[in-house]
Amino acid sequence: MPVSNRLKNQHLLWRAAFGPMAENIADLDNISQKTLWHTLIKTSADKPQAINVASNLFDGMVKNIDDLSQFSKLTQDQKKQLQVQSREDLKNLNLRWMYEMINSKAQFREKMSFFWNGHFACRIINIFYQQQLLDVVRNNAFGNFGELLRQVSKSPAMLQFLNNQQNKKQHPNENFAREVMELFTLGRGNYTEQDIKEGARAFTGWTYNLQGDFVFKDAQHDNGVKTFLGKTGNFTGDDIITILLEQKQTAIFITKKIYRFFVNDTVDDEKAGWLADRFFQNNYDIQKLMEDIFTASWFYDEQNIGTKIKSPVELLVGIRRLLPMELANDDAQLLFQKLLGQVLFYPPNVAGWPGGKNWIDSSTLMLRLRLPQIITDNEVVNIVPKTDDDAMMGQMMEERMDQIKNNEYAAKGGSAIVNWNVVTNIFKNIKKEYLLPQIAAEVLQTESRVSDSLLTKYIDNQSREEYIKTTIVNLMSTPEYQLC
Amino acid sequence: MVIKRREFLQVGALATASLMLPKFLKAFERPMMVPQGNKVVVVIQFSGGNDGLNTVIPVQDDIYYTSRPQLGIAKTNALLLTDDVGLNPALINFKELFDNGSLGILNNVGYPNPDRSHFRSMDIWQSGSSSSDYVSTGWIGRYLDAQCNGCNKPTQAMEIDDILSLALKGENSKGLAFKDPRRLYSSSNEKYFKDINADHHDGEATADYLYKTMSETLSSADYIFQQSKLHPTSEPYPSTELGKDLKTIASLIYSEINTKVYYVSLGSFDTHVNQDNQQKKLFTELNDAIKAFTSDLKKNNRFDDVLLFTFSEFGRRVTQNASGGTDHGTANNMFLISGGLKEKGIINPMPDLSDLQDGDLKYKVDFKNVYATILNKWLGADDKTILGSQFDYLNFI
Repeated sequence: MPVSNRLKNQHLLWRAAFGPMAENIADLDNISQKTLWHTLIKTSADKPQAINVASNLFDGMVKNIDDLSQFSKLTQDQKKQLQVQSREDLKNLNLRWMYEMINSKAQFREKMSFFWNGHFACRIINIFYQQQLLDVVRNNAFGNFGELLRQVSKSPAMLQFLNNQQNKKQHPNENFAREVMELFTLGRGNYTEQDIKEGARAFTGWTYNLQGDFVFKDAQHDNGVKTFLGKTGNFTGDDIITILLEQKQTAIFITKKIYRFFVNDTVDDEKAGWLADRFFQNNYDIQKLMEDIFTASWFYDEQNIGTKIKSPVELLVGIRRLLPMELANDDAQLLFQKLLGQVLFYPPNVAGWPGGKNWIDSSTLMLRLRLPQIITDNEVVNIVPKTDDDAMMGQMMEERMDQIKNNEYAAKGGSAIVNWNVVTNIFKNIKKEYLLPQIAAEVLQTESRVSDSLLTKYIDNQSREEYIKTTIVNLMSTPEYQLC
Repeated sequence: MVIKRREFLQVGALATASLMLPKFLKAFERPMMVPQGNKVVVVIQFSGGNDGLNTVIPVQDDIYYTSRPQLGIAKTNALLLTDDVGLNPALINFKELFDNGSLGILNNVGYPNPDRSHFRSMDIWQSGSSSSDYVSTGWIGRYLDAQCNGCNKPTQAMEIDDILSLALKGENSKGLAFKDPRRLYSSSNEKYFKDINADHHDGEATADYLYKTMSETLSSADYIFQQSKLHPTSEPYPSTELGKDLKTIASLIYSEINTKVYYVSLGSFDTHVNQDNQQKKLFTELNDAIKAFTSDLKKNNRFDDVLLFTFSEFGRRVTQNASGGTDHGTANNMFLISGGLKEKGIINPMPDLSDLQDGDLKYKVDFKNVYATILNKWLGADDKTILGSQFDYLNFI
């Protein structure tokens, strides 16, 4: 089956962005992929505006403390208050960033940020540090990987999450060094346990203050000679990062991960090798790497289209881009994230979300299939998420309140008012007999399709608007719609 | 509902001819008998990090009482199992099980380099990996992979919950999660889903995978619901969450379903503040539910076939904190309950509170040894493949 120009453009939009938007999906028949790609780059060029949702309470309390050691002087109640507030703020950060994914013109930037947010996975309950890390990622989303790596490694969020404040000359803590190598640069099997020990020594003294600044504590730093990946010297943490970037393996590891995320779960070694060579030669220029991918003809091969399982966030954002809507309860999005297994800023561990088939089990699949109906038709959500003890911090009352809140969602459903006018307008020039195949071509990326004869039985024929609406909702309620 | 009632009726009239039994349902026309003596495992997860020291109490240990001046449970209040060991006062039925030889207590279970984050430590327990590995499958899921190779329904392992835990996620097969067989049935018994499932023709691998999962879910939902109605237990259960869950499990155990592992959670045990009340509340729920479950199983002569065990992601610190609670710790005890235990009572020595690591218990038994034992001796499975290496077996079964 030949791949149509529209399908290729939608493919680019699903991978380099969060899917086509109602307002411009009709224009995708004639534009070339190259033009579309350049548009994506251009609309993402501006420096992103930092997202700041930290509340005044958090702000006020933290800014009155000068350094970390004074933090312990806060009363139990104050600390708890901070944590409760920080968790609330994190929910807002989540929703605020999702809003950008749905509405921002800088689609490519947000999509790249979404990738790096999963790559540099960090699970901590400090709103300051989390939004600062997000800012680092969004600013460097398609800049230079080396710079991104360096800034992430020096971010309080990551230093805290990987316990580097405990990494001192007398008592080294290897966690940070291990994950930087295993998950951020080289990947498993490309270093020795000795390299981790030596690397950890170089990172001693890397810490941060409460205002979110990186702090180097000379007194805690091990000034001795280290041997790391075959090199010997009086290395600092910065030297270690430089040596890691000198390893071709870092370019290979990152390229493969990018390939799996943006192209296909199964890596084509030859193509990934070619990409990694160029990524390395181009001194880790992320934009050039992405351009190599999105302008390659093989990226638009049938085997790469409609074969990736959307992550929960991609699924939710994708629906909202095609169906402009007003949610009755914004927080319902958090519930969906939780039930589907991807809550922003709460990755399962430092390895991030495993993705692919891992998103799918019987519960999540059935919820995904029901989701379009839940959103558009006020259907009841009758399932309750598991509690999260890390987030609850042992607060039983809080937990119970959360449970009650979730039951409220259940009663209300995740309902929304969809602006169907905008949606029906997309198809205003399409004759009735061509409507079904045209809608299917715009909603689905897969070759696999529910047959027209079956779908027709479920489509409401009483008006053109109902026809379009039920066609879209039914198409979205299929396994095919889970793929992009 | 994907289809509204009015439309449903219309379609129903139109579509009866094409509504032949999908092929996945055909498989269930054959009778599927469960052999007598069919061994079953029931896992109860204590979420949040249960305080093991106030669960199985070292009533003669001065260090215990000096570390917990307020929180320590006095010997006179504990349910004494031996001169040295008492149970939490809420666990009355556990004491009875102990006296009848149906309770085993494994002390100091944990793993090297313990992690004190709930999520991470639970990850480690559920995946059955070491603390330096990030594994995205669970130990029961990999058991399922081994058992369910090419099978058309993943009902060998099921979780009584709305959301499936990592523990039950395999590489190729994943267990089923449901809170109630009837609700599972009604939410997946939508004609639209059955129709599109029957309509699908194999093609691209990822789409086929999704359809396979959907097909398995729909057929399993039917199967589980039918089975749950075969021999529903008539014994009384408490109307708590856990009571209801264990009642569902008992009814399925008496059916002809092929389920080998049931998984259920209780919590939260994250008792940083006001520990006494919270733990008591949860233990009362546990105690009453277990009492109903075990006496039900005994009456139906299945107690010897069922092994129930409990675990938590970590224990808590030896020393109480300033808020009437305890903070995250490390090694912990596990309860083993069955009519078929080979070792009973207090199986290994109590924690040595004079030999701590940074104020925390040192683990003596790796939890993977427990998994290996259960997989090999109870479920007859290839534990080495499932756990990735050979762990020595224990002797409790």
